[in-house]
Amino acid sequence: MAEAMESSGDGGTAAPRPLFAGLSDISISQDIPIEGEITIPMRSHIREFDSSTLNESVQNTIMRDLKAVGKKFMHVLYPRKSNTLLRDWDLWGPLFLCVTLALMLQRGSADSEKDGGPQFAEVFVIVWFGAVTITLNSKLLGGNISFFQSLCVLGYCILPLTVAMLICRLVLLAEPGPVNFMVRLFVVILMFAWSIIASTAFLADSQPPNRKALAVYPVFLFYFVISWMILTFTPQ
Amino acid sequence: MAATAAPAGGAQNGTGPEWGGFEENIQSGGSAVIDMENMDDTSGSSFEDMGELHQRLREEEVDADAAAAEEEDGEFLGMKGFKGQLSRQVADQMWQAGKRQASRAFSLYANIDILRPYFDVEPAQVRSRLLESMIPIKMVNFPQKIAGELYGPLMLVFTLVAILLHGMKTSDTIIREGTLMGTAIGTCFGYWLGVSSFIYFLAYLCNAQITMLQMLALLGYGLFGHCIVLFITYNIHLHALFYLFWLLVGGLSTLRMVAVLVSRTVGPTQRLLLCGTLAALHMLFLLYLHFAYHKVVEGILDTLEGPNIPPMQRVPRDIPAAFPAARLSATMLNATAKAGAVTLQSH
Repeated sequence: MAEAMESSGDGGTAAPRPLFAGLSDISISQDIPIEGEITIPMRSHIREFDSSTLNESVQNTIMRDLKAVGKKFMHVLYPRKSNTLLRDWDLWGPLFLCVTLALMLQRGSADSEKDGGPQFAEVFVIVWFGAVTITLNSKLLGGNISFFQSLCVLGYCILPLTVAMLICRLVLLAEPGPVNFMVRLFVVILMFAWSIIASTAFLADSQPPNRKALAVYPVFLFYFVISWMILTFTPQ
Repeated sequence: MAATAAPAGGAQNGTGPEWGGFEENIQSGGSAVIDMENMDDTSGSSFEDMGELHQRLREEEVDADAAAAEEEDGEFLGMKGFKGQLSRQVADQMWQAGKRQASRAFSLYANIDILRPYFDVEPAQVRSRLLESMIPIKMVNFPQKIAGELYGPLMLVFTLVAILLHGMKTSDTIIREGTLMGTAIGTCFGYWLGVSSFIYFLAYLCNAQITMLQMLALLGYGLFGHCIVLFITYNIHLHALFYLFWLLVGGLSTLRMVAVLVSRTVGPTQRLLLCGTLAALHMLFLLYLHFAYHKVVEGILDTLEGPNIPPMQRVPRDIPAAFPAARLSATMLNATAKAGAVTLQSH
């Protein structure tokens, strides 16, 4: 009986196969590096992946995520028509950018006249609810982009405006004057245009061709509001 | 033999990492009894068969590794197999039921496809409707057509919010209990939704043929005039210019809305009530938006009242010294405002 159990046990279970054997069936072009497995719905693979990433050191995990975020930053800074941002979306980058922007837009709160507190919440709420609204709008117009993909793209395209905020902060350290204002205006307008071009490059393909303008206009409004907040920021 | 082998195989297949905690709870004392039950229990075979099928469908490669890991625990396999299978079945059924309920609730409440037909527009249509919202039509004997879409009105409300924010920032409005953005959004959306509902209610009382969607669309497109006026006058701070635009542009868009409503209402009293209310609210809203968030008022305050705050204002404001450019315009504005205050005082 023991031998019967063992033999049938062996027959019932498959012979041990290499760990990631099934992954070769999935067709992904090799030239674009992939981070994350969002598009693959096979649970067993994901469980295997999780247990292998659970055992690695924290530094490995952080470095891997940071590299993925950095790669997407590069894609935003040099926008081409690619769908890397769309395929492996993540929200780390948008969160980091939003928090940085909100912290830098915070005024000193010691002053009783000008309340510095709401600035952080304001920026946060504007960014995230604005992105949600734009996503809903583009879905209602007939776009075939998923909710989080759109949030990911819109969040990452705030990067030029965050850079503009940094530059404005540096410029404000110099003496105030109309030249100061003109420099900041020029920088903010340039970064605003860059943000719009970057987000259009990623989002345009997902819309029906004759309605691109309808989907891009709210994006324009969104980045306009953020640019306006950056331009009118004066540290007290 | 098959019955005993099957649970063993099933146990090897099924005891993946997630039921590891469950296995530890089983006491070793009762192992002999449970083994006997497992061997003789024929009703358990259906569970085992289902469990077998279940696992074979879902977990093929991982089983090999799990089985290799489980080979060491020889004697407890049968007992773990039975209890593990049952609990796994129950948990799986609960998961399926929960998932079905959640997806049903989600598709019922979070279905944005309800709104999809109202966003079915082309850019050319939006452009033509924007232009038409400024052109009052004289034909009031025949009910005029109102396009029932929500994209244009929604975008116009957001544009108004952006322009308002621009105006508030320029005038350094301080809101103590909220945020600038919250106030702007609240004002614009509150006006659009609130006044639409109110006029719809009045239209219901006056037997006008208009639906809520049409009213929302009509009022939304009527905000196009407001956007134009505010955009120009928040940047060029001339009092007379604002009044001119208020009458001209605001008046045109109001006339258009009034004409549409008149064409859909019967009876002079009803027409007067409905259109008078709409015209008054629309024009007064533009006046409010201009004066509540504008620098000129500070000059008037300083001239008329000194440190007292008149009831129309929300919070006290200082003349901003933030931009050097603003300092120049502030002095110019104060001169204009003083002239305006003098004319106002004379009325």
